[in-house]
Amino acid sequence: MIEIQHVDKWYNPSLQVLKDCTTSVAKGEVVVICGPSGSGKSTLLKCVNGLEPFQRGSIAVDGTLVNDRKTDLPRLRARVGMVFQHFELFPHLTVQDNLCLAQQKVLRRSRDAAVETSTRLLGRVGLGGYGEKFPSELSGGQQQRVAIARALAMNPVAMLFDEPTSALDPEMIKEVLDVMVQLANEDGMTMLVVTHEMGFARQVADRIVFMDQGQIVEQASSGEFFASPRSQRAQEFLSKILAH
Amino acid sequence: MLDSFDFDVIRRSLGHLLRDGLTFTLKLTALATLGGVVLGTLLAVLRLRGPAFIGRIAALYVNAMRSLPLVLVIFWFFFLAPYIGQWIVHAERPVPVGIFASSLLTFTLFEAAYFSEVVRAGIQSIPQGQVAAAEAVGLSPAQVMRYVVLPQAFRNMLPIMLTQTIVLFQDTSLVYVISAPDLLGVASQVAHRDGRLVEMYVFVAAVYFGISLLASSAAGRLQARSALVHPPT
Repeated sequence: MIEIQHVDKWYNPSLQVLKDCTTSVAKGEVVVICGPSGSGKSTLLKCVNGLEPFQRGSIAVDGTLVNDRKTDLPRLRARVGMVFQHFELFPHLTVQDNLCLAQQKVLRRSRDAAVETSTRLLGRVGLGGYGEKFPSELSGGQQQRVAIARALAMNPVAMLFDEPTSALDPEMIKEVLDVMVQLANEDGMTMLVVTHEMGFARQVADRIVFMDQGQIVEQASSGEFFASPRSQRAQEFLSKILAH
Repeated sequence: MLDSFDFDVIRRSLGHLLRDGLTFTLKLTALATLGGVVLGTLLAVLRLRGPAFIGRIAALYVNAMRSLPLVLVIFWFFFLAPYIGQWIVHAERPVPVGIFASSLLTFTLFEAAYFSEVVRAGIQSIPQGQVAAAEAVGLSPAQVMRYVVLPQAFRNMLPIMLTQTIVLFQDTSLVYVISAPDLLGVASQVAHRDGRLVEMYVFVAAVYFGISLLASSAAGRLQARSALVHPPT
């Protein structure tokens, strides 16, 4: 579903942020990218739907090359859902209109069909009846669940999550993770998730990609990675975040 | 001392002053604001998101307009507009444009330069994350601008726009250089006809002051209300 091949990215000639990254996500697979801050996890994720350009290598999503000049990027992005660290709901629109905007303008659904999809998805993320509220009236956890529903409204073939819980208060993390777990287990959604939630990774991920300093250092099944990480850097990382 | 003043002249000419003069001024302000905002937004978007070449032309236009005194521009357009009209429609003689049309054209083109700077700042005040989120759901660059960036930018800009409109409202009095029948122009005629300069200019000042004060207190209230809550970035 997502093929990442030998991707290199520089912000400027002396600052390489991604070095020869190669990995893939199969249909229905949940892959968690983890690693210390500044390791290039989010950048790699944003390369997948073309939000960040990269200079070398290739990324294909469902057979479409992201880095091909002829690719219609908006069209590709409409098929790949993305959830951001800071939710990024549109503050001037109601929750319902946040979900309807791209359905109507990109997928050309009728207003009625868009509203119907929105209502169904809001119910699914546990926010039925919140359609008329504005994002500023919601808690962080609720906003992030709306953001997930907004992405799902486009019927994506895959979902990208960029640290979806790191801006949340601890008591709200679970409600967001629950929605993600449900998405993975019940819908079999293809997911690429950047997160520090190792509990989630252990429980849901099929595979872990460990990054450090712009490189993919290690890739292994979730069980294998947590039981016996091969690289020393992954061992150090795990001992630091699992210590408490 | 006040005995030598005749404030009744205001009452006698009030109809003329308001119906003709003030209407000219308010109509010019409203239409020039509308035109200036539309053209200014176009210039701002071109500068920020257009091709580099077009962006540079837009920047040149904005900087040129902002470096010229308004009175000069009013003057020039009044004399040039008939010739531009002649050139456009290939007429044999300069096309008479009329004082209002000429003033409106001048103020629209001139204010567009100022409004474009306001809009540019407004667009730049929208966090990059909003643009990324809008792109991520598949909106095209034009749709991102139209449905996500500009609505938020305009909300943030509204108080400054209103302030700029107040400045424009006061600046319209400069059309006196082409003898336009705006509030000041009409009052000036009456003042000279009846020899009541002090009375008329006091009245005109009071009208400008009253309307500006009202508008700026509205701007203040808007400022307090319009701030949108953005997630932390």
